[in-house]
Amino acid sequence: MSLKKKITMTVNGLTVNAEIEPRRHLVDFLREDLHLKGPHLGCEQGACGACTVKVDGQIIRGCLYLAVQADGCEVETIEGLTKNGTLADLQESFMRRNAMQCGFCSSGMLLAAAELVEQRPHASREEVREWISGNYCRCTGYHSIVDAIVDVLEARAKGEKIKPVVAHA
Amino acid sequence: MNKPADLKGLVLDPVTNDQRYIGNSEPRHKARRLLEGQGTYVDDIQLPRMGHVVYWRSPVAHMKIGKIHTEQASKMPGVLAVVDGVKMAEICKPWVATLGHLAGMKSAPQHSLAIERACWQGEPVVAVVAETRAQAEDALQLIDVEWEELPAVVSMEEALSPDTPVIHPDLGDNLCFTRSLDVGQVDDVFASADVVCEATFGFGRHTGVTLEPRCQIADYNPGDRRLTVYHSQQAPHMMQDLYCRQFGLSESDVHVICKDVGGSFGIKVHAYPDDFATVGLSMMLERPVRFVADRLESFTSDIHAREHRIKGRIAANNQGDILAFEIDDLTAIGPYSMFPRTSAIEGNQVVNLVGGPYKHQNYRAKLNVVFQNKTPTCQYRGVGHPIACAVTEGLVDLAAQKLKMDPLEFRKRNVIPDDAYPCSGISGIKLEVLSHEQCLRTIEKMMDYPALRKEQAELRKKGIYRGIGFATLIELTNPSPAFYGVGGARIASQDGASARLDPSGVVSILIGVGEQGQGTEGIYAQIAADAVGISIKDVRIITGDTDVTPYGGGTWASRGAGVGGEAVLLACQALQENILKLAGAILTRPPEELVVRRGHILDKATGEQLLPFSEIGRIGYFRTDTLPAGFSADLMVTRHYTQKEYPFIFTNGVQASYVEVDPDTGFVKLLKHWAVEDCGRVLNPMLVDEQVRGAIVQGIGGVLFEECLYDDSGLLRNGSMADYLVPMANEMPDIEVAHVETPTQSSKLGAKGAGEAGTAGAPGAVQNAINDALAPLNASVFDQPITCEKILKALGRV
Ligand code: FES
Ligand code: FES
Repeated sequence: MSLKKKITMTVNGLTVNAEIEPRRHLVDFLREDLHLKGPHLGCEQGACGACTVKVDGQIIRGCLYLAVQADGCEVETIEGLTKNGTLADLQESFMRRNAMQCGFCSSGMLLAAAELVEQRPHASREEVREWISGNYCRCTGYHSIVDAIVDVLEARAKGEKIKPVVAHA
Repeated sequence: MNKPADLKGLVLDPVTNDQRYIGNSEPRHKARRLLEGQGTYVDDIQLPRMGHVVYWRSPVAHMKIGKIHTEQASKMPGVLAVVDGVKMAEICKPWVATLGHLAGMKSAPQHSLAIERACWQGEPVVAVVAETRAQAEDALQLIDVEWEELPAVVSMEEALSPDTPVIHPDLGDNLCFTRSLDVGQVDDVFASADVVCEATFGFGRHTGVTLEPRCQIADYNPGDRRLTVYHSQQAPHMMQDLYCRQFGLSESDVHVICKDVGGSFGIKVHAYPDDFATVGLSMMLERPVRFVADRLESFTSDIHAREHRIKGRIAANNQGDILAFEIDDLTAIGPYSMFPRTSAIEGNQVVNLVGGPYKHQNYRAKLNVVFQNKTPTCQYRGVGHPIACAVTEGLVDLAAQKLKMDPLEFRKRNVIPDDAYPCSGISGIKLEVLSHEQCLRTIEKMMDYPALRKEQAELRKKGIYRGIGFATLIELTNPSPAFYGVGGARIASQDGASARLDPSGVVSILIGVGEQGQGTEGIYAQIAADAVGISIKDVRIITGDTDVTPYGGGTWASRGAGVGGEAVLLACQALQENILKLAGAILTRPPEELVVRRGHILDKATGEQLLPFSEIGRIGYFRTDTLPAGFSADLMVTRHYTQKEYPFIFTNGVQASYVEVDPDTGFVKLLKHWAVEDCGRVLNPMLVDEQVRGAIVQGIGGVLFEECLYDDSGLLRNGSMADYLVPMANEMPDIEVAHVETPTQSSKLGAKGAGEAGTAGAPGAVQNAINDALAPLNASVFDQPITCEKILKALGRV
């Protein structure tokens, strides 16, 4: 008897139908079945935040969330949010500040930061540190990530956009 | 914040004739895709017919392996193979990880899968390969190993006692390596010194916790009898060589590819038993096999580091001169020395580095490196430096305190003066050129030291205990062959770079040093753009592929900028010369009359633009018929660089930490951290700042949070990210970084390494700051990590 379940969800705007085992984690489903490389696996214990994705507009830990739970939901990953421009300011700001080194934490960090920018537009530097404390970065020391997010908050407050980084000729 | 304008980067003499990128905070353009979720880490690679391996690992610290029952597991759905150590040993040779120049060092032969005995909790014993990871994990539960627990050596203090079992009877005892050094008149000086201070310093084992776990895909192709290994690794050529030797292959049969690497820090520069086992499985099964460690496996099988207990003494006179240091270092490395770099290096570095910044003339050191039944330890970011620095700086503060001297003044008086170089340090290390005095002056200004001391004193009156701690340090970078080569380890200290002008006018650089996030590829692009004379957007960097790049050592000992960068510079300058020769041939003019400017050939005298690079490429590749007979365009050149003038090129710097300690809870709040770093020529201030900050935070992890905790039977108690604490954003302070630039004369570029000094200095600085805060309460702690509990104990409150 197959334990598999039929599910339907939207992933980055596209409808996905699949038949999967109930024990399959959402992040495994996204990575292995849909070949999305953005969400990463750092711990599979809910501690590091590398697997962060959005389900129905809320960020969740993809390693603690079963794919069947997302049946009927709208799932967004860094790939989709890059394409639709949601993260553009933060991505430019991270580039400017070198707020990533190996980049393994970056997709989770950006999704967490995007939620902060949306929900706490007046966050102080300390509040930014607190907010991203669910996301683990082993490379940067966090300072540059905080700088990058604060830059976006300040730019938004002034109604400005972060200028794209281009290689100078 | 440091603004690039405050940096002295551009006042150094330029190394190229039109320097535009070197010295600037150029963003890492190639990193953009990482921010878009488009990196390619090993776990992102899918190959057809790929099997997945999981390992049955020893559940205890020391056990005798009996019969292994695999029948049940083998029958599980999707299972492709179940392999034990005996079978694996038929194709993979064992190894012994010693170095010839560490006299007397010993270790036992080690297998990729344990045979007869497993010597630490986490040692791989049986491999299960299945079509999916989940199937392999399902089958793993049905592996039945008959085992018998053996007594384990856990305490390093007791490892050498006659009552303690010997882990490898053939070695005679549990001593891996011992070294002693005695310079000057140490006993006399201590006997007659005005001030002698001593302390015992403890360092907890910790580990690297790269966010991406160790992982690899081995793909043996039976058709062309070639092995391709996709690896999250720092030294691709080293792994190529090891796979050849352990499996009896030749270099041309082995191809190692390192794409994006999700953090390394020295964790991914070693050859692990499961690396070899995964390769062996692929060869047996003749199909690709993927291994990705899960987090628990990472905690028990990634190398650990830094378990030391050091008794230290310092002698000084009433004038405030440091006269002598003495240390006795006991360290434990697990049951085997790690391959191929060896685990004795860490303790050896401690001996080399204690007292390093200071001008005393008497030093005695003793080192005992012992075996135990815990995860093997080896080199992790900063190798030995954080230990040496915390001991040295802890003793320096004790002496200053006893002399009632300001700790910064005391350091200023005792550091080797900036005009004394080159010279030898007391342990025999050769110091080319350092800038302690200037760094100390810089940090004093940067942190507004007098104001901070005033604030501290005022708050103390209100019962608020704040402390300021300093750590002066030296760090070895740009290693010569004296590090591994002379000891018989086949780890290249040289690196090669190839620079190629492509027909379109783009320059491609191929180099053996790869990218793990440091920004290595970014600085190579900067160097190449300046040295060839083109826009940075016309430079491509290709790394991490042993089939393609020139042979090299990869990333370790902070050598990417100083060694790899120099190779890129030399190759690109040679390419520019060839481009000018070709332009001369095309224009029928002597090359001396021409110059390169921003992708064009110009008339040197008038500045008139004569030819774009795309034209050089077109003629050089497609219309060589138009060139003079016998003229060869040579638009790809390779240059190699080894730093041979010194065993290492030392960097230096100083850090300061400002903390608040709550005497009721023992809680430490980090308020601020400052670092002044002299890594020679700063190629990209923003990248160096971030290397320094990232490294400092790892150092703070070591001094305040991180420790692999074992119980008395040698079982790891905190093998998860929820239990093993690492720094998170909220606990970390803002970190201000400034640079002093004293270029090394050993290369044209003048760059020294910058990756590890942060980790080296932070533990000492934070420890001293905590003890400064506790000083009015007559308490101090020298046992890292300095937890709330240890502070409360020191205060007599628990
Ligand atoms: S992988 Fe999900 S939180 Fe770490
Ligand atoms: S950049 Fe490597 S973990 Fe954050």
